[in-house]
Amino acid sequence: MSILGKLSINAFPHDVITLGGAIMMIVAILIGIFYVTYTKRWHWLWSEWITTTDHKKIGVMYIFVSIVMGLRGFADVLLMRVQQATSVGSSHGILSANHFQQIFSAHGVIMIFFVAMGFLFGIINLVLPLQIGSRDVAFPFLNATSFWLFSAGMVLMNASLIIGNFTYAGWLSYPPLSELKYSPGVGVDYWIWSLQVAGLGSLLSGINFLVTIIKLRCKGMTLMRMPLFTWSVFGTMVLVILAFPILTVTLALLYLDRTVGTHFFTASGGGNMMMYVNLIWSWGHPEVYILVLPSFGIFSEVVSVFSRKRLFGYRSMVWAIWAIVVLSFIVWLHHFFTMGAGSNVNAFFGMMTMIIAVPTGVKIFNWLFTMFGGRIKFNASMIYFLGFIFLFTLGGVAGVMMAVPAIDYQLHNSLFLVAHFHTMIVSGVLFGDFIGIMYWFPKIFGFKLIDFYGRVAAYLWIIGFIVAFGPLYILGFMGATRRLDHYPAYTGWQSLFIVAGIGVGIIAIALVFQFLQLIISYIKKNENFDTTGDPWDGRTLEWSTSSPPPHFNYAILPEVESRDAFWEEKQRTDKNVQDKKYEDIPVVKNTPLAMYIGAMACIFGFCAVWHIWWLLALSLLTIIVLIMIRTTDEETEYVIPASEVAEIDKKVQWKV
Amino acid sequence: MESVNTQIQQVPKYDKTDDTIVFGFWVYLMTDCVLFAALFAVYAVLHNNTFGGPDGAQIFSPSYVLVETIALLTSSFTCGIGLISAYNMQKNRVIGWFSVTFLLGLSFVVMEVAEFSHLIHSGDSFKRSAFLSSYFTLVGTHGLHVTVGLIGMLILIIRIYTKGLTKASVRRLTLLSLFWHFLDIIWIFIFTIVYMLGFS
Ligand code: HEM
Ligand SMILES: [Cu+2]
Repeated sequence: MSILGKLSINAFPHDVITLGGAIMMIVAILIGIFYVTYTKRWHWLWSEWITTTDHKKIGVMYIFVSIVMGLRGFADVLLMRVQQATSVGSSHGILSANHFQQIFSAHGVIMIFFVAMGFLFGIINLVLPLQIGSRDVAFPFLNATSFWLFSAGMVLMNASLIIGNFTYAGWLSYPPLSELKYSPGVGVDYWIWSLQVAGLGSLLSGINFLVTIIKLRCKGMTLMRMPLFTWSVFGTMVLVILAFPILTVTLALLYLDRTVGTHFFTASGGGNMMMYVNLIWSWGHPEVYILVLPSFGIFSEVVSVFSRKRLFGYRSMVWAIWAIVVLSFIVWLHHFFTMGAGSNVNAFFGMMTMIIAVPTGVKIFNWLFTMFGGRIKFNASMIYFLGFIFLFTLGGVAGVMMAVPAIDYQLHNSLFLVAHFHTMIVSGVLFGDFIGIMYWFPKIFGFKLIDFYGRVAAYLWIIGFIVAFGPLYILGFMGATRRLDHYPAYTGWQSLFIVAGIGVGIIAIALVFQFLQLIISYIKKNENFDTTGDPWDGRTLEWSTSSPPPHFNYAILPEVESRDAFWEEKQRTDKNVQDKKYEDIPVVKNTPLAMYIGAMACIFGFCAVWHIWWLLALSLLTIIVLIMIRTTDEETEYVIPASEVAEIDKKVQWKV
Repeated sequence: MESVNTQIQQVPKYDKTDDTIVFGFWVYLMTDCVLFAALFAVYAVLHNNTFGGPDGAQIFSPSYVLVETIALLTSSFTCGIGLISAYNMQKNRVIGWFSVTFLLGLSFVVMEVAEFSHLIHSGDSFKRSAFLSSYFTLVGTHGLHVTVGLIGMLILIIRIYTKGLTKASVRRLTLLSLFWHFLDIIWIFIFTIVYMLGFS
């Protein structure tokens, strides 16, 4: 074997579309580099962002990566829609079967791991420490490391576009197809390692935020006084901690099968490929709740603020979260009723799946009751929210339908299923993330986004979604299965596929408006400065500090006496104005080590894909050394003296 | 009376950040626990799939495993004593006890590697059957953890030797001990589920 393992010149792309994609990506990177050089921002980029340990900046970086990746995921959608609208009968569309498979696999992976997860951790990073009245997360350096591992996974996944190829075995790459015998290339290995690296980042974040919530709440914030977003993140992080190790194991075993010849999931040697499906979904189902619970938290915050009412049924909301956390671990089998586990097993999991709809329903009703009788502000967030209620209920009903094993035998792996889970994910996760970004944007950047463009985008998203996925429900009933690169003309499906394509076009316009919203708001930011720190008449602590908050969030740590603490504080007439007692604040220094660890993890993954063992060992060694350097460094913090804190705090107040 | 007082003052008290770190480490151990749980589940599913190869009773040697087990359990004990010495700020004892722990851990790993290479050379490698794949992976993952623990231990011992017992190093010893005892517990499960049930 050569010094570069399996890597050779043949790994670079040959066919037109891949080559085009690769060239586009390289050009985009070059433009980025040119822009930064031209505007002389390397220093700024390095000292303000790359080396930062500030949770707010890390959050912004997560969201930035997710937006870029979202564009790539959406480009895949465009290709798939064109293919399915045209590849019928004697015409074979624009993509080969093999390439089409790579594209839906890449789309699924990108959207779940690098868009939805990125938005989620981005928003959690932005908001959570502020919301619990803390100065940072429990382990700021670890937090930066998580982000860089996430980015490393992202880079690895995108590298497959230029060097080699990506998996064509679907976003969960089931064996036997994903075993070496049937997928001899590097695609599956890229899939394994980009998820492995990014997943490790998620796991570390899970630990970090759980500890943050338990240990770093401000004085007086008992559990039952925590805002619901915090509660949702709490539940989510418990899920992350319990679910992600299973993913790690599953991927590792598949890699062992492919690389050293073990027999975990192989057809021969006594392997059991059904075990893979069980393992991956006992991570996978909790994962869908990992994605959706934080969004539920965002909805809870936003609905109550924009209805100017206290959230209805706080306690039941909390219980619903924990019911979902527990139940989400005992429903995984509904993803493969047709594997034939036997009718009793299927019946059990079918029932559990229906039961999990109950706490979700409780939440929906609580949100509606919160709006009932409130003074509702119909801004973009509330439009998304109403779209969510409508779509999520529909998609949920479709889900409960499929929870009946007998019905699922008909609908399994059909486009009906594809329509169902997109309804849940787009309305539940994506809309929630959009709302969260618009809602907390002024807190982080100091100016509000112009609502008009947001409203247009929201309407277009909802309409576009219905047009794009309505036809898929029908197609599913007509027998169209998922992942089709071609179908015969007599099926009569083509017109519906074309309608779905038009829907995607509407969504594309919605995306344009979202970007317009960002750009125009930035240009006109002088008109929309948030000078109060509280642009929405908010209820929770994060609105009590300035926008943007100082590096240390709170000059004086808040104390809390009730739920909706900031709201109650604002209602009080007997404000006891005390002298502020400033104290020295220790802050974690900037450091490039986290980024180095991410870079090394990326090289490690790359070498694992291409079997470049010597470099793999070297990168691992470097990671160990980097960790050693960090853990033995006794001076990772510096102290902002009280006088300087007072200075910064005054300046902020003065601006008001 | 006087001496007792100074002794107590020397015991490094946790401050809040220590507390957070130790708690965070516990949470990490929980994730590791889930990881092993998944591997145990895999072993449980595959342990009968010998595919014409040997089963546990044919390849495990009870006495050998017992020696391994004793080495590891003893190391947990010496590790505990070492930690108590650390809380009493007795530098030399810390170095002594942790060196003993290190050697015991090392002999455990060496024995395991020897067992693995024996199996591989006699044709019963992880490629032979699903049972052997899951056996090697479960036991090997534990062994890998022990190795990581050993590396950490070595670095800590050297640092304490050169820089003395600082508050930070006592905290790190605390974490290391938690890790070590955790691996012990996992080993007890491996011993029971893989070996004891395998013999019968
Ligand atoms: C912008 C709106 C979106 C559209 C129009 C869209 C469209 C599609 C299409 C056409 C497919 C292939 C269906 C087939 O198998 O025939 C697909 C698959 C998939 N999508 Fe999306 N998608 C969108 C957003 C998302 C989002 C936000 C996520 C997750 C966060 C997501 C996750 C997935 C997954 C996991 C698959 C399955 C891939 C596989 O079969 O392996 N999609 N999507
Ligand atoms: Cu599920």
